[in-house]
Amino acid sequence: MSHALRPPAEPADADPTATAADSKLSPKAKAALSEGKKAERRLGLLLCAPAILIMAAVAGWPIIYSVWLSLQRYDLKFPDRTEFVGLENYVTVLSNPYWWNAMWVTVLITVVSVAVELVLGMALALIMHRTLVGRGIVRTSTLIPYGIVTVVAAFSWRYAWTPGTGYLAETVAGGDPVLTEKIPSIMVVTLAEIWKTTPFMALLLMAGLALVPDDLLKAAAMDGATAWQRFTKVMVPVMKPAILVALLFRTLDAFRIFDNLFVLTAGSQGTSSVSMLTYNNLIKGLNLGIGSTMSVLIFIAVAIIAFVFVKLFGTAAPGGDGGGRR
Amino acid sequence: MAEIVLDNVTKQYPDGAVAVRDVDIEIADGEFIILVGPSGCGKSTTLNMIAGLEDITAGELRIGGERVNERAPKDRDIAMVFQSYALYPHMTVKENMAFPLRLAKVDDTTVEKKVRDAAEILDLTQHLDRKPSNLSGGQRQRVAMGRAIVRSPKAFLMDEPLSNLDAKLRVQMRTSVSRLQKQLGTTTVYVTHDQTEAMTLGDRVVVMRGGAVQQIGAPQFLYDNPANLFVAGFIGSPAMNFVPASLENGVLRSALGDVPLTDRVRSLLEGAEAPREVIMGLRPEHFEDARLVDDTVRSNGVTFTNQVDVLESMGSDKFAYFSLSGEQATSAELAELAADAGSADVPGGGVSLVARISATSSAVEGEPADIWFDADKVQLFDPGNGRNLTYRG
Amino acid sequence: MAGIGGAVTTGRKARWTVLNVLVVVYALFPVLWIVSLSFKTKETLGDGNFIPREWTFDNYKTIFSTTEFVRALVNSIGIALIATAVAVVFGTMAAYAIARLDFPGKRLLIGVSLLIAMFPQISLVSPLFEIERGLGLFDTWPGLILPYITFALPLAIYTLSAFFREIPWELEKAAKMDGATPGQAFRRVIAPLAAPGVFTTAILVFIFCWNDFLFAISLTSTEASRTVPVALSFFTGSSQFEDPTGSIAAAAVVITIPIILFVLFFQRRIVAGLTSGAVKG
Repeated sequence: MSHALRPPAEPADADPTATAADSKLSPKAKAALSEGKKAERRLGLLLCAPAILIMAAVAGWPIIYSVWLSLQRYDLKFPDRTEFVGLENYVTVLSNPYWWNAMWVTVLITVVSVAVELVLGMALALIMHRTLVGRGIVRTSTLIPYGIVTVVAAFSWRYAWTPGTGYLAETVAGGDPVLTEKIPSIMVVTLAEIWKTTPFMALLLMAGLALVPDDLLKAAAMDGATAWQRFTKVMVPVMKPAILVALLFRTLDAFRIFDNLFVLTAGSQGTSSVSMLTYNNLIKGLNLGIGSTMSVLIFIAVAIIAFVFVKLFGTAAPGGDGGGRR
Repeated sequence: MAEIVLDNVTKQYPDGAVAVRDVDIEIADGEFIILVGPSGCGKSTTLNMIAGLEDITAGELRIGGERVNERAPKDRDIAMVFQSYALYPHMTVKENMAFPLRLAKVDDTTVEKKVRDAAEILDLTQHLDRKPSNLSGGQRQRVAMGRAIVRSPKAFLMDEPLSNLDAKLRVQMRTSVSRLQKQLGTTTVYVTHDQTEAMTLGDRVVVMRGGAVQQIGAPQFLYDNPANLFVAGFIGSPAMNFVPASLENGVLRSALGDVPLTDRVRSLLEGAEAPREVIMGLRPEHFEDARLVDDTVRSNGVTFTNQVDVLESMGSDKFAYFSLSGEQATSAELAELAADAGSADVPGGGVSLVARISATSSAVEGEPADIWFDADKVQLFDPGNGRNLTYRG
Repeated sequence: MAGIGGAVTTGRKARWTVLNVLVVVYALFPVLWIVSLSFKTKETLGDGNFIPREWTFDNYKTIFSTTEFVRALVNSIGIALIATAVAVVFGTMAAYAIARLDFPGKRLLIGVSLLIAMFPQISLVSPLFEIERGLGLFDTWPGLILPYITFALPLAIYTLSAFFREIPWELEKAAKMDGATPGQAFRRVIAPLAAPGVFTTAILVFIFCWNDFLFAISLTSTEASRTVPVALSFFTGSSQFEDPTGSIAAAAVVITIPIILFVLFFQRRIVAGLTSGAVKG
């Protein structure tokens, strides 16, 4: 990250052609970059400098520092016993059943919520895109789950499922305290996650839908395709890049689930996600070494997910080409 | 106002691609000069280098006698009209036209006056308070012109300024651009890919191909005396016909029959070291329905008989299309022209020919017709390098 | 944009209406539920009814009389506004450079931003916790503002550079030809055109900062910098024996109000911003 801060003089990009030109040119004519071009480069770097500096200082440096911390025995409750222990923390974490339980919980929530959201989000996107009446109202109301503070939504769900307070606890769960058991808790958390983020998925998919030309669908209809065939054979293939981007974004986002879990179960009954477990070790347990180790492991997991997406689906992933679209 | 001199100007991109090579053009004060050529020929790059929007790799650019290679666009005192007009959408017509003056810190009363004057000239007075989005294409184009003329720059640069207009309006605006330029007498460099605009607008035309200048000259001169196959094929509509021919004992043997060399052609050929195989170029208007040609004239040319594939009546005259058997003329220049016209992959073997004949001709589509052409108007080209062997330079 | 087949019949309209109502109910009912809770009296809180049998403002009066909530609200507003302002200003500068200028290291910057956008935030919590304690930033406004800016920057840069790319390139050349310096071209031509995009980005960034819980709970420890989402999770009621449900619901409703306002007034912009930044970036 820090090597983004290169000096403006860039020999590799500098004009290599002037020297090749014929010898009758005066040395003055070799001026590689005109004032305008130089000013442009200076301005470019100057404008990016604050963003680069902040990102380097608040994201770049800490991530390196956390790798260093993960190699230490470092517990704030016993600061005297701090020492370099190499990979010991990794062995501790990776051989710990709590970690693996949290990993499975996270993966389960991620897979289920993203899968359901894809289907639900597609339906919602189609409704928002094609509805004949009240398009504004539909779009406005779907933005509410997206915009609302996750903690607020989580409290709403918590009270809804709490016996004695909630309507869902009585009607759906028959008065059972669902949030005190592992599997029902995870289901409730997944539902809350789906409710909150389906609109985001739907919006991304809707943008993809907008890229499907109406004429193409008309042509398919003339060619004898049913509505379902038009959807599967024309729409989905054309909007595939948008679908993949939406999936990637949501998968990475779901993987960091924390807020909903914190409010709904606080990680009890083995419902911790990896983020939740890391938080508990770090802020509650004040064990910086172990916490950092988990941080690094989560980072690696996210990198693997992103890598797999990019590998499987090629350049459709965002950033495959900074300027390329259409 | 000033003259503009491009002295061996070259543009090479960092990746090594050469967009413009050794361009030498001297544009006189007040001259209207057209840069024309197919897309990718370097004409826009050349214009951008004059504007200062792109760096000059080698060579020198002088405006009014001063070297300006290193000057930013704003310090060159030239105005530009863009293909998309590039009107500022958040400003009214008036603000758009005043913008260059405001940047130059001209006082309010002068700005007001100059904008009024320009609006008057361009017939925009009643639109001054509207935004560009509420204007028609022609009005937008005029606003773009207005923004260029308000500050009386040393030169105007125009980058295909009419190509976004529909055909009818384009013809109208062409005349008004020409009139405006005469009226203001400002040096103008105009880029287009449309040879009709090039022919009708400019004092002189610069034909470019692959980053290099092919020929510079007055429109009629280029039409009558193209320096090479490329210029011959590019200038003129419908384009010149090209038929392969071989020179044998003072006679041209071709699919159109044996063409005798007239004295004019013979004398031009003498110093040219012509190869045996040549490409014969014939303008469509040098053909005629043989039945309409006097016998005395008829002997100065060649008559051939061929089936008319398509006959288009234009009212004033007719275009007759033929396909001749035999090989098509081939050369790098012709291939490039075909690619630019998008006809490179149009199927059809043999030589195709267009003749512009009198409206009174009784030729019928699908029937054979006797067609005559003037042997003295034949131009001969070297297929190897495209050079015009009958060039009268 | 009617579907294939032309005429809009009343039957089709009715079907769409039903679907739309389903969507609206889906989106709103958890929100209405928490609103309902916030208006319930202490006695009826536990009745499980979706609509309050008795309405009261007591819960709101209670939270606004505690420093715990008022202070958190001030923190939330202040921190989110400052972080938004800084992120949008820096993001605008960088996005302009990325969309418009040619300079070394541009691709790298795009790549790094994307990386941060996909970053698991928890991975930053541990090092930041330690670094901020060392620098005395722990439990202060800047201690939260800095990470918010960092995570908002990629969002801002992506959304804005998509908006900037929509502005026709030639306008800037035209401005240069009209005698503008690059700085003037930016201020007088590009900036006014970019204003709607900047505003949209500001809304998105504000929502992000306003929403954050993980950083806020990890990097604060007292009322000095606790934001409302965190304060909510620490609410205990005025006495040990009192159920905080009503207060939590009321506080939740209060912090939802800005979001509802944004969504109501800027629905179009938010949709445009979210989709342009994410899909077209």
